[in-house]
Amino acid sequence: MCKIVIPASVRPIDCDVHLAVPNTRALLPYLDDYWREHIIRRGIDGDNLELSAYPPNAPLNCRPDWRPQQGLPGSQFEQLRDHVLEPFQPRFVICNVLHGSQIMFSEDLSAALCRAINNWIAAEWLDRDPRLRASIVVPAHSPELAVAEIERRADDRRFVQVLMLAMTEMPLGRRQHWPIYQAAEHLDLPIGIHAGSSFRHPPSALGWSSYYLEDYVSQAPGFSGVLNSLVTEGVFNKFPRLKVVLIESGVSWLPAHFWRINKTWRGVRSETPWVDRVPSEIIREHVRLTVQPFDDPPDKALVQTILDEIGSDEMLLFSTDYPHWHFEGTDAIPPGLPSDVLTKILADNALATYARLN
Amino acid sequence: MNMTVMDRKPEAINQSFLGFIDCDVHPFFKTPAEFDAFLPQRWREHRATIGGRTRQGLAKASNYPRMSPGNGQRMDAWPPDGTHPGSDLPFMQEQLLDLFNVAYGLLAPLVGGAGGERNVEFGAAMATAVNEWQLARWCDPDPRLKAAVQVNIEHEKAAIAEIEKRAGDRRFAQVNIPPRGVEPLGRQRYWPILEACAANGFPVSLHLGGNGGHPSTGGGWPSFYHEEHPSYVQSMQTLVTSLVCEGVFEHIPNLKVVLVEGGFAWLPALCWRLDKAWKRLHAEVPFLKQKPSEYVRQHIWVTTQPIEEPERPRDMLSTLEWIGVDRVMFSTDYPHWDQDDPRFAFKVPLPEEWRRKIYHENARALYGLD
Amino acid sequence: MTRHIVATVDEIAPGTCKIVTVKGREIGVFHINNEFFALINRCPHQGAQLCRGALLSRLESPGPGEYSLTRQGEMLRCPWHCWEFDVRTGQSWCDPDSVHARTFAVEVEPGEKLAKGPFEAETVPVSVEQNYVVITV
Repeated sequence: MCKIVIPASVRPIDCDVHLAVPNTRALLPYLDDYWREHIIRRGIDGDNLELSAYPPNAPLNCRPDWRPQQGLPGSQFEQLRDHVLEPFQPRFVICNVLHGSQIMFSEDLSAALCRAINNWIAAEWLDRDPRLRASIVVPAHSPELAVAEIERRADDRRFVQVLMLAMTEMPLGRRQHWPIYQAAEHLDLPIGIHAGSSFRHPPSALGWSSYYLEDYVSQAPGFSGVLNSLVTEGVFNKFPRLKVVLIESGVSWLPAHFWRINKTWRGVRSETPWVDRVPSEIIREHVRLTVQPFDDPPDKALVQTILDEIGSDEMLLFSTDYPHWHFEGTDAIPPGLPSDVLTKILADNALATYARLN
Repeated sequence: MNMTVMDRKPEAINQSFLGFIDCDVHPFFKTPAEFDAFLPQRWREHRATIGGRTRQGLAKASNYPRMSPGNGQRMDAWPPDGTHPGSDLPFMQEQLLDLFNVAYGLLAPLVGGAGGERNVEFGAAMATAVNEWQLARWCDPDPRLKAAVQVNIEHEKAAIAEIEKRAGDRRFAQVNIPPRGVEPLGRQRYWPILEACAANGFPVSLHLGGNGGHPSTGGGWPSFYHEEHPSYVQSMQTLVTSLVCEGVFEHIPNLKVVLVEGGFAWLPALCWRLDKAWKRLHAEVPFLKQKPSEYVRQHIWVTTQPIEEPERPRDMLSTLEWIGVDRVMFSTDYPHWDQDDPRFAFKVPLPEEWRRKIYHENARALYGLD
Repeated sequence: MTRHIVATVDEIAPGTCKIVTVKGREIGVFHINNEFFALINRCPHQGAQLCRGALLSRLESPGPGEYSLTRQGEMLRCPWHCWEFDVRTGQSWCDPDSVHARTFAVEVEPGEKLAKGPFEAETVPVSVEQNYVVITV
């Protein structure tokens, strides 16, 4: 295995680290009076509202040596410090919270919880270490309330992107989401689309699978659907400055995705005539992907081929996906990545993507 | 993409493209009444009154209108008598079977609606009718054409009976199941049907299609055919994931599966992803005795159409090599708009041995054809 | 390069195409809005008989949800994979710089002038009263 070490001269930007809300009670101080009482009265504070897309005890979702004695992985600052900040010496870390608040059917409850989480992130994390940055958690199925939350948070430049789940009620390119993209573009916030589903629909057109393994693997085809929706609906025509970051999407599926959507476009483009360039070109310009997990082939020489097929050295962003278990020790660079693109992946690409890091 | 202007004279077809086996040919009816001859009176009346019941809003049309008439046909495939593409055997012979001296054509009838019918008794009757129709209208007049056993997998008893009834009839090459069903095909409730396929010597052909009522993506219903067409590839990926991870191939070690009309370039990356996630989550699926990619290698065949066209054409070679050239079989998808021509589908020259396998030998071996 | 008389102007109705074989090549001669165009009858993608495709307009859009239609009937769509080609230039809509169908120069000439030659008449008899479509191959 050709292990690649992060050069000492480069301070990487870790574009995907997970914080866990330790329990819903922890959010109570960050809710307004109405919603605090509402949540206590209904007993909602007794549940952690974890997403079923990420069972915290599944081996994949926490590296064994990162698993805390008690509490949820990623719920304590000291652990983040020991596991990420010290060993990787990052310049910045972008923190993503995946939580049931994002998918509650009641739009108002969802918005109240998201607001509390963003307050909690600012107070309990961002204030503790100047290297920490975060994504704004929003009720994406309620664009009006999502925009309000984005605007409320926008003055705090430590919030560097807007977080959405890959699979929710409607494909993400659909026009109902556009107010979110408009606000994000205006405020220099990329849209971070994280693996996961609210399971309003089965994970694929085939229906409900039996195992978590299947759900996890099927995130990649899920992202294919996301890209097709963003491109064909014309999101990037409408918002030409918008950047989208696919987070924990895997990477190596992208070339075959290009080949297929490009082929369909050549025959079907007149259905969506605003798609006036080959889709792979649009995606290369607007879309970025975090590197963990990479889903690398057993033959590491093929990694170079995959990068050549992706055809851009600007698309990949370094991430540890802490505390998920994709690598051992500090081997966070996918094996086989050529060294000449390392500095771009480790930091430059993130700086070019996230205006608020500069 | 680099392409040169093709400015050739009309020419005799290069010998090396003759005599191939076409793993995806679509027969159609001239009139829907053709099936009545093979339906009992009770179901003829049902068909005339209630008709097919699907899991979508439009009664007959596709959810996503295609780009050319006839629900996405090759525009030059309308027979001279004006009937539907794929419905006229002499014209199919002229445009495909005789033109290329096709050795065998594997039929994939997307007609009759048997597989997705909600009234499963009617679905089973239609499956039988379409099976008889394939023999009478296609296979007996032109024995190069091989039928696919139609079943409705929500009616287990009838499906197994139909498979057993066709066992040993060499006019049938395989059993066809539409993959977009009510539940993922790997689920245990479907194992008895898959077992019957394997026990009776039929590979299972999974041709895109079906309608279980679920949106085409995990994130909901897309707006455009532009999304629906590539979403078939996403379905193929979850189909392979389901068959492997649910343990089908451990349970039925002699099961052979053919993926039809899903392309194939996505398969290597899916295998890498399956192996990687399985490494962490194998305790959840302890019945899997080997890496997911090994089950794929042993049990799954892919057909080529609609062939992916890499931006750098030579990337096709490493893709084929990783899948294994003994697992790839050529298909045209005649007469659909996105069908492939055997001469020009691959935009990079294939080594002669690969071409022989992909166009001839793999299908011959899999289906036990002469 | 030689000039070939391939049709009388009346023979090709507006919005239709006559497929002729010149020097062993199949060529489609189109009559569109009182102009004539000639393209090779072969799609550069997978070899389909391109000129048996449909004539459509140029479909474009200033932005999502907006649709515009210009140059009616001047785009030829391949009967197979629906690739679109500009009948004037042979350029494909999707890859105008790298993918195009070969075009041939077309002129309409009076029979009177043609009678003097030189030309190759293929199978079209020439009379001085008629106008003819002449392509250069």
